[in-house]
Amino acid sequence: MTPNKYIGYILTRLLMVGFFFFGGSFVLAAQEGHGEHAAQDSSLHEEAIHAAGQEIHHDYETHKGFEPGKMIMEHIGDAYDLHFWGSHEHPVSMPLPVIIYQSGEGFKTFLSSRFHHGHDTYQGYGILQEEYLSPVTGKTYFKGKIVAMNEQGSVNEERNAGLYNFSITKNALAIFISVILLILIMTSVAKAYKKREGQAPKGLQSFIEPIILFVRDDVAKPAIGKNYAKFMPYLLTIFFFIWINNIMGLIPLAPFGANVTGNVAVPIVLALFTFVITTMNGNGHYWRHIFAMPGVPLPVLLIVTPIEIMGMFLKPIVLVIRLFANITAGHIVLLVFFSLIFMFGETSTGVGLGVAVPSVIFTLLLNLLELLVGAIQAYVFTLLSAIYFGMAVVDDGHH
Amino acid sequence: MEFLTILLDPAIAKAGAVIGAGIAALGAGVGIGRIGGSALESIARQPEVKGDIASNMILAAALVEGAAFGALALGFIVGLA
Repeated sequence: MTPNKYIGYILTRLLMVGFFFFGGSFVLAAQEGHGEHAAQDSSLHEEAIHAAGQEIHHDYETHKGFEPGKMIMEHIGDAYDLHFWGSHEHPVSMPLPVIIYQSGEGFKTFLSSRFHHGHDTYQGYGILQEEYLSPVTGKTYFKGKIVAMNEQGSVNEERNAGLYNFSITKNALAIFISVILLILIMTSVAKAYKKREGQAPKGLQSFIEPIILFVRDDVAKPAIGKNYAKFMPYLLTIFFFIWINNIMGLIPLAPFGANVTGNVAVPIVLALFTFVITTMNGNGHYWRHIFAMPGVPLPVLLIVTPIEIMGMFLKPIVLVIRLFANITAGHIVLLVFFSLIFMFGETSTGVGLGVAVPSVIFTLLLNLLELLVGAIQAYVFTLLSAIYFGMAVVDDGHH
Repeated sequence: MEFLTILLDPAIAKAGAVIGAGIAALGAGVGIGRIGGSALESIARQPEVKGDIASNMILAAALVEGAAFGALALGFIVGLA
């Protein structure tokens, strides 16, 4: 196509997309209060209203409006159900199993729908609707956690001390899904290698193979040196695990939109693995450089050794922060761009419409950037782990 | 004393945290800008090694962002708690 025809092609398509959004926004505007998440009253307040025999009306006077901070925190955090769509009052969601071990009473399993989104308690447990600072013990119980709760909604602290929560929450389910996906992909690639011995790779195999070779030749071998093969399974695992979870976190559809790598616990565990493997594989050279750096006089050594020990712990911690903050910040900015529509829609639907088109375009572009960032963060985590392994097994041969 | 009382106000603490996060973004911008600038210069000098330079640039940018995000995470924690 000549350049002019190319530009015309793109402009026509953009115009079509613009008209589509313009027309679609009329549909949005026609629904009163659509997409505006009214803030949920505390469960006790609502129970009181129920008890008084009144209906909770979703009308404009009690309408708390759109609270972007709350919506964003709900999307970033973990949950006991898969929320597909719908507002707080009428959600469409799939409850997930709650698995609790109460010391002295054994395991209890039930669906989180028993909690009715935090309105009820069940079998002496409930979901905290607000952060609770105990006046007796001074301990803080965080919002959204399952605690031992009696009927009135107050925390039963003695019972709570023996409570261990093993529930399948949104993030746990997402981890299981990503693990199953990874196992399916990798076993099919491995089978393809066995079946097509000596032939050129085909299909999924030809997509995965360059990535595996990339991790081997550009990450592991330069960083670790000659005994890189020992660390390859771990490096490949964390690379693909982080990458696939980053991608899954960007898909808005229900079991996929879980913010796994942005949940601090997951990068902490991965960095813990890296730390343990580095420590277990450290040779004499490595330890000598940490505790008694050679070629350094004793007074300076008294300063250098604590710094080196701190560095040994700090390196995995920085890994955690880098991964978790990158992914979480990306999700928050995406959600902020999207909630701009509803925030402006509060003032008038016309303004909401006007903001909708650039907001969606920005969200789309930012999503593409987040895809790139997801891959880069997986690469950087793997590369730094490989570098730490390399430092642990280095053998200069001159000591 | 008045200054200290103002400073200990929780709202001021949140403002301080968010300003700190903003300064962290400034640091990230400067750092990555310099990395990008020197990468572009070296590509201009020797266009054949564009691939190598590009991947090293991305790596250095990710590391600089790690530091900036540490400060950002602190800003989040204080600002939201």
